Amino acid sequence: MSEVRSSEVLSDVTRAEYCVIACAEAWRDNGEVLASPMGAVPSVGARLARLTFAPDLLLTDGEAMLVGPDGTVEGWLPYRQHLAMVTGGRRHVMMGASQIDRFGNQNISCIGDWERPARQLLGVRGAPVNTLNNPVSYWVPRHSTRVFVEKVDMICGVGYDSAAAAGPTVSRYHSIPRVVSNIGVFDFATPDRSMRLASLHPGVTVEEVREATGFELTVPEEVPYTRGPTGEELELIREVLDPQGLRNREVRS
Amino acid sequence: MSDKTMSAEEVVGRLESGMTIGIGGWGSRRKPMALVRALLRSGITDLTVVSYGGPDVGMLAAAGRIRKLVAAFATLDSIPLEPHYRSARESGALELMEIDEAMFMWGLHAAANRLPFIPVRAGLGSDVMRVNAGLRTVTSPYEDASTGLQETVVAMPALRMDAALVHVNRADRFGNGQYLGPDPYFDDLFCEAADTAYVSCERIVDTAELTKEAAPQTLLIKRHSVTGVVEAPSGAHFTSCAPDYDRDEDFQRLYATTPWPEFAERFLHGGEKDYQSAVQTWHTLDEER
Repeated sequence: MSEVRSSEVLSDVTRAEYCVIACAEAWRDNGEVLASPMGAVPSVGARLARLTFAPDLLLTDGEAMLVGPDGTVEGWLPYRQHLAMVTGGRRHVMMGASQIDRFGNQNISCIGDWERPARQLLGVRGAPVNTLNNPVSYWVPRHSTRVFVEKVDMICGVGYDSAAAAGPTVSRYHSIPRVVSNIGVFDFATPDRSMRLASLHPGVTVEEVREATGFELTVPEEVPYTRGPTGEELELIREVLDPQGLRNREVRS
Repeated sequence: MSDKTMSAEEVVGRLESGMTIGIGGWGSRRKPMALVRALLRSGITDLTVVSYGGPDVGMLAAAGRIRKLVAAFATLDSIPLEPHYRSARESGALELMEIDEAMFMWGLHAAANRLPFIPVRAGLGSDVMRVNAGLRTVTSPYEDASTGLQETVVAMPALRMDAALVHVNRADRFGNGQYLGPDPYFDDLFCEAADTAYVSCERIVDTAELTKEAAPQTLLIKRHSVTGVVEAPSGAHFTSCAPDYDRDEDFQRLYATTPWPEFAERFLHGGEKDYQSAVQTWHTLDEER
């Protein structure tokens, strides 16, 4: 790992573990809502939040069951009810992004011209309905100018500028609480709702973030570091939630 | 009550080129693959396929049978991108109506309820509106109680189909279909949203047998919405059909990494029995390796 300059961090905390904390923090104070993480690091983060500071969160087993952190089934949530839960708003999803732009428009459908794409990806999936109805955060395990682009090729998840342009029906429940990447945490707490650097993971510089981002990022004068895990959190991550170390395969130190 | 049992060939005999066909399941889960394989053996083509896409979409696209696809995605789940769907898109081989997966569900609901559309808060602000120039909006005739606004939302059109193909765990001869896994997906809606519906199943049982051990809530599909019943053991292979069997991950990997002509030649040259035994042979050889 590169240099660590925060005095409070535990010396052997991996980058992936800072990412887990940054993801977990997305669900703080969310109350009794479904946490839907996509990816290994967000999954560990959601379960960590549920086990510690957000005990009211609901979780799924990735299929049709609502489960406790130890896997105990507490409910049934097949796709049809899951989609209904989205429109009811009692859910906070952390989705992936093949591309994301300055205002949080996200693309997972295709690269290039939609009519005949250079690279077909997943498809819009549920991104359009999600972004208009329940909070949507994003997780990007490899921050680069290929992902953080000036303009996405296909708007799947709706960003702040597109929501505002589409009118009050669209912006009514629209919210992108945060974007977490392997190098920092970002939000849209700016006057024009463009992306802002909210915190740096220890060991990363503002310059590195700027270089890896394909658009003008708002950077406050003082940028805090992403908080590190407490001793209890670190033990939960390593011993209980991810003993196989999947997090460290998704994000390398 | 009429006995609706028939063979997969008889099902396909009732389908025609140019039809709109809905396919149940989700991704690489409980797909009516035996019926899809029968479709592949026929000359039927020029189809509009409506599907939460998996290898059903991949195979039909690879074989050049799809004129237009209505979908939110195509995936093999454990392999995120469906390779044949991907190449079909990248070569411009099919027309696509790409909509959100909830919009898709509401399109099925609209069709099942004989409504022209259902108002939905989805699509607006995204490029779903750009790539589907035919999608229209509708303004609520009611003022919102808290904002006073009359909201404008998307009018998701009914996804009405000529035929639906679905696969479940058990069915009786009359078309009552039962799922025993964790998720019904949207198979009942597909049947209700189509003019004709064909249900394949792992095993046909007596009606009384259906609820002997399973709860009545497992009776997903009702016979009034079903045209034909096909007994097709391993009929969802290589997709999952919990709890009867899991996805055949090794075989799916083979499917995803083998050029289509080679795969089709080796596994789809004969009937369903030939397919199942070719799969067995491949597994035996694979284990010896």
